Amino acid sequence: MADLSLEGKSRRLVLTGQAPRRLLRSLLPALSLVLILIGIAWLNPRAMSYFGFTLMLNLAIPIALATIAQMFVMTGNDLDLSIGTFVGFVGCVTATWLREAPLIGALMLIGSVGVYAALGALIYLRSLPSIVVTLGMSFVWQGLAILLLPKPGGAAPEWLQQLMGLKPPWIPFPILAAIVIAAVAHVGLMRTSYGTILRGSGGNPLAMSRAGWSLFKTKVTLFTLAGMFGVASGLALIGTTTSADANIGNGYTLLSIAGVILGGGEFVGGRVSPVGAVLGALTLALAASPLLTFMRIPPDWQVGANGAILIIVLAARALLSRQEALTQ
Amino acid sequence: MLPDKAAEIIALGQIAKRFGAVRALNGVDLLVGAGECVGLVGHNGAGKSTLMHVVAGTLKPDSGDIAIAGMPQPDYHVTMAHKLGIRCVFQELSLCPNLSVAENAYIYHAEIKGVRWHQRASDLIQAKLDEIFPGHGIGPADVIRDLPISKRQMVEVARAFTVTAYPLRLVVLDEPTSSLDSRTAGQLLSFVRRIVAGGTSCILISHLLNEILDHCHRVMVMRDGRVVAAGAAAAFDRDRLIDAMGTVAAPHQMASRRTAVREAAAPLRIRARPARQQDGTELEAHDGEIIGLAGLSGHGQAQLLIDIYRASSKPTDRIEVKGPVAIIAGDRQSEGIFPMWSIAENIAIRSIATLRNGMFISPSREAGLARQWQERIGIRTPDVANNILSLSGGNQQKALFARALASDAGIILMDDPTRGVDVATKFEIYELIEAETRRGRTFLWYTTEMEELGNCDRIYVFRNGRIVAELNRDELTEEAVIQSSFHVEPWLTSA
Repeated sequence: MADLSLEGKSRRLVLTGQAPRRLLRSLLPALSLVLILIGIAWLNPRAMSYFGFTLMLNLAIPIALATIAQMFVMTGNDLDLSIGTFVGFVGCVTATWLREAPLIGALMLIGSVGVYAALGALIYLRSLPSIVVTLGMSFVWQGLAILLLPKPGGAAPEWLQQLMGLKPPWIPFPILAAIVIAAVAHVGLMRTSYGTILRGSGGNPLAMSRAGWSLFKTKVTLFTLAGMFGVASGLALIGTTTSADANIGNGYTLLSIAGVILGGGEFVGGRVSPVGAVLGALTLALAASPLLTFMRIPPDWQVGANGAILIIVLAARALLSRQEALTQ
Repeated sequence: MLPDKAAEIIALGQIAKRFGAVRALNGVDLLVGAGECVGLVGHNGAGKSTLMHVVAGTLKPDSGDIAIAGMPQPDYHVTMAHKLGIRCVFQELSLCPNLSVAENAYIYHAEIKGVRWHQRASDLIQAKLDEIFPGHGIGPADVIRDLPISKRQMVEVARAFTVTAYPLRLVVLDEPTSSLDSRTAGQLLSFVRRIVAGGTSCILISHLLNEILDHCHRVMVMRDGRVVAAGAAAAFDRDRLIDAMGTVAAPHQMASRRTAVREAAAPLRIRARPARQQDGTELEAHDGEIIGLAGLSGHGQAQLLIDIYRASSKPTDRIEVKGPVAIIAGDRQSEGIFPMWSIAENIAIRSIATLRNGMFISPSREAGLARQWQERIGIRTPDVANNILSLSGGNQQKALFARALASDAGIILMDDPTRGVDVATKFEIYELIEAETRRGRTFLWYTTEMEELGNCDRIYVFRNGRIVAELNRDELTEEAVIQSSFHVEPWLTSA
């Protein structure tokens, strides 16, 4: 009897020490988003409206989708350095072939998802570092995009423009889209049984293969999912901007990695959070330009200021995880 | 009881396996009957773990026959092993740290289907934890990386015993108690007794020979990839086992040779009060003393070692340390070794200041220091320039001892340093510690093994982050430590 009460006591002590920090850590993505929103509201109250959000967050949808794509790759302890140029390539296909010859365009996009699956297989079978493979692929996608669209131009298919221009009642479309994206990815990766296996393959690959699971299958699945969300990101981007440019997605590679990390994910260990990743992407999208414009920071300085915000937010996150590690 | 032929669970014949030039297994036969518990002992590197990987189907032997329940299995592998009811708890933890307890249970049971998979996996593991470790304090939603190592080990063990679609016939437990404290280890071993009585078979690997002798029907001793002795457990005792394992019959404890009484005049090295200590009780350590820190695992012993280490460079009001300090980690994989570095670099890192040549580290002096310690404490390697991971676990631990002892530190803090180390290496380490105290070094020794406390001059028992008892060597008994650790009435401890 004495043992039982002792166990209970020490457990409670652990909880009081550990839980607030873990809670804070999981709330950090939401907290940083709220902070940015408060900043915007303070600088420009009129931005806090249906149209304000629609305008400010329009470009957040493709960033959120690219971030989810990156998150799948990072779940398996890999990194995709080609997601940015891949989004650009998809954009160029969308603005040219998908509009003029929808069937061929659709086949090209499906084929590009197939290439992602094949990359996953290659990385697993030959034990190649994903950074090297995807860095190489980033130039392939860039080259293909330039072949398709040497000069900025093209046009988004009508249906895509209409989809991205939807005006649902009450809730601005980008917010609705972000909720749907987060919910789909969360249920798929965090709630389904195979999602558990996918995360396990990043947490302890050896144990997973000993338990009889195929690491080849998990790797290919993760890369296929990344390809699919990459295609969705490219479609959303072109639906919003209505025309394409071979370099249009280049910044997404680093934005997507930062979004995953900001959202509570880790580079290794299969530790990711889809909801956090979407929140991270929204935060970055808002911090990137609306906030800085409202702060009257000249465009020349915006890129640098954007970097500074990134460093501050990521440093806050790193600080929290270090404290968490110390208490263990 | 001896099994008849029909009740054979697993029969391995003439199993051989090579890794490069090393013959890990050299024609091993193994036979386990239904309801039989077989103990497997041998030094680190004797081939026990390799053999168990063959049993689990995670390693394919170069040659030999495998039969399960009398049926030959030419294409034996891990999925088939699971279906045939063979389970394994490996020495290195095989849980996914990023997943919850329930999710880790699911990984083991792909048979669980449907939308309620999570609930079913939760119930499954929860029930088994309750059965084996009553009062365990683990929830199915707890994420593994937030649990201390002892609780991870409990989850791992409980998971191996969960049953869904396929029967459970044989469980291999490879050092299952190495991360558990004596109470949970006792719970586990009595559970093993119960299921073996119920007809399930068990292979138990342990360096704690008493566990083997008390719980197994039959004992097999391995050395250099062969079975060198086998027979009914009753026919063995501790000394015969150690003999068969190929060690020199080492003295039971070095304590007998130590001068029991320390000179009162020896200068004080450490005075420390744990952070949660409410009364004025302090830990004191003098020159040449070995101080034991006892109690259940995770009750503040390791934290005090870390606090003392910190205080050596930044004094605090509750800890006073005189002289340089070195620490030897027990969890060598995560806290001890630098896995990318050579043995020599791993040994020399604590002594870099003395090995410098201008701005650079002198490679020859580094190698010289490493070779000197390799000889002194017998690290088994052809070349100290090899990667540290080329060493077996026990030899890696020796390298960590060399790192601390080669330094200028007069105070050595040890955080359960012999965890998972074989008996022969343990004795070598005890002697090493003994020799170093004669040079005036002071040791603080946190250990979960009762036997090792017998090597200490004084023992502080910890509970809930506080020192609750101070025992001199002549007052040390297992009962005294258990009593202080649990704070139960004396008449309850015998239950």
